[in-house]
Amino acid sequence: MLAVILRRLLQSILVMLAVALVSFGLFRYIGDPIHNMVGQEATLAEREQLREHLGLNDAVPVQFARFVGNALRGEFGISYRMARPVADVIRERLPATLELALISGSAALLAGIALGVYTALRRDGWLSHAIMSASLIGVSLPTFLIGILLIYVFAVELKVLPAFGRSETVQLGWWNTGLLTASGLKSLILPAITLGLYQLTLIMRLVRAEMLEVLRTDYIKFARARGLSDRSIHFRHALKNTLLPVITIAGLQIGSIIAFAIITETVFQWPGVGLLFITAVQFVDIPVMAAYLVLIALIFVVINLIVDLLYFAVDPRLRVRRTGRGT
Amino acid sequence: MAPPPLSPNDAPLLRVRGLRIEFPTRRGTLVAIDDVSFDVARGEVLGMVGESGAGKSLTGAAIIGLLEPPGRIAGGEILLHGRPIHALPPAEMRRIRGRHISMVFQDPLTSLNPLLTVGDQIVETILTHKPIGEQAARRRAVELLEEVGIPAPDQRIDHYPHQFSGGMRQRVVIALALCADPELIIADEPTTALDVSVQAQIIALLRRLCREHHTAVILVTHDMGVIAETADRVAVMYAGRIAEIGPVREVVKQPQHPYTRGLMGSIPVLGAGSRRLVQIDGAMPRLTAIPSGCAFHPRCGEAFARCREERPELLAAGHARAACWLYAGDNAAERAR
Repeated sequence: MLAVILRRLLQSILVMLAVALVSFGLFRYIGDPIHNMVGQEATLAEREQLREHLGLNDAVPVQFARFVGNALRGEFGISYRMARPVADVIRERLPATLELALISGSAALLAGIALGVYTALRRDGWLSHAIMSASLIGVSLPTFLIGILLIYVFAVELKVLPAFGRSETVQLGWWNTGLLTASGLKSLILPAITLGLYQLTLIMRLVRAEMLEVLRTDYIKFARARGLSDRSIHFRHALKNTLLPVITIAGLQIGSIIAFAIITETVFQWPGVGLLFITAVQFVDIPVMAAYLVLIALIFVVINLIVDLLYFAVDPRLRVRRTGRGT
Repeated sequence: MAPPPLSPNDAPLLRVRGLRIEFPTRRGTLVAIDDVSFDVARGEVLGMVGESGAGKSLTGAAIIGLLEPPGRIAGGEILLHGRPIHALPPAEMRRIRGRHISMVFQDPLTSLNPLLTVGDQIVETILTHKPIGEQAARRRAVELLEEVGIPAPDQRIDHYPHQFSGGMRQRVVIALALCADPELIIADEPTTALDVSVQAQIIALLRRLCREHHTAVILVTHDMGVIAETADRVAVMYAGRIAEIGPVREVVKQPQHPYTRGLMGSIPVLGAGSRRLVQIDGAMPRLTAIPSGCAFHPRCGEAFARCREERPELLAAGHARAACWLYAGDNAAERAR
């Protein structure tokens, strides 16, 4: 098991290096960084001096090594647009995105599993059919449209929830949280629904399909033949077997919730890293883009690692080495 | 385990009368089992043999109340100790499953939940049916594992199914089926998925345990050899009906129904030289096209006019009973063999 973890860690490091190479490539090949930094009046000599000073004349591998070294310390240089260290800007913005992603992700996971189990067990009930039909909407409507519809209904017409922003937040150390104020929580609702609806329907449909599959297996039939209660068969025997593939998908989905919160954050003007990235793209703020890329890759890699470890926790076939085979 | 109070002691443990199982489909109703009747006495091993699709497993599933929809019991009755159980509400049927009637499935590799230890699965089943504590249930589980011949049961009880070989898993499955001391076990092809070398051990184990616990067995198989070794009586099924039923020695030695004779003739006998195996021409009819009269008549060498028109009931034939017009009183003369 330790060997597996080590191998996964090694793979993760390789992935991170590859992503670092891409984001390093942004610096080198999207325009001339010197041109982006200095004013129009700068002389050629001044430019050359800055180039030398920033180490841009060194060999590419040396520059890449320096980039990786800096990234490890969390340094991605100075934002062109805001003239502040990128690390500081991201640290300010990250809590907003993480809170949004975690709330909507866990809500989607819990509701998705509950609805999936319900629709699988009451396969022919009218409520199950209604839920399944409604879930098609979640799968097929684009995120921005859902967001705009929600804003129209709940903010413009009903005026019960704020249309944009995080409202009041509380500073806890460097973590800037919106979970401790009533208005902060209220403004979280619409973006969280928008971001999580697709994941919810996806997880629900996956759980339902897996659950139906598991309910057809021999060990469930055998459990019935032994007279076990329905509750034990459904929740002790079937659900746990259903969750194996769900863990994989849910892990990837939580990663993509964080990564692709961009659209939701734009619609709701949510001050997170997604919005930061969109503005960075508009202003060709390469250090911010590079840092965002590396950060998202890191989140994906960490989540994948956690998913792999969860597999060990849930599935004994991976955990225990084969012992004592005999007839 | 006391039998339910309703039972007059002379009633057979299980009585199946006129059982009919239908599958409604878009193109009409398929009758998978039609008018099947038999009894199982306490502690008796009834073999149930037939080709794939003859309805052996369906009969077993109907008895334990686990017919898969849309299959349904459309007629007849199933009595346990004289008490009808074919139309019980699900909650009551669940109390019968495991405690009175249990089942062993074909494939031990898929019969056990891969995410729970065998101990967890046995203890849960015991606790479901018996008013004892968890500690006692666990001690009972270790005893059961020992009884089914699993070495070092006090350690193996905490192992997961994948840590056992196929034969060992089938032993665990048998322990699970036995753990609430049922009076009847339906063993649905319990050895088909196992190595030939292990099959005999499992059959011997099942037979020994059922004798010790005085448990009756319905042994569903298409292996006539297993039946001959194990069963007290045998029911030969063909196209959803019983073709012949009787004491196993008589049926094997002197099969009466032409189909049973064909079946016996197709079994190779060691040391019988290069005798050609007899083959029954044709194939068992599909459910959508069951012939009129006796379902076997198109393949039967001895069929006559009545076989095509009228369906035979089970008639006394030697020491057994066969659903064949050859044994009707007025046709007795035709038994020129």
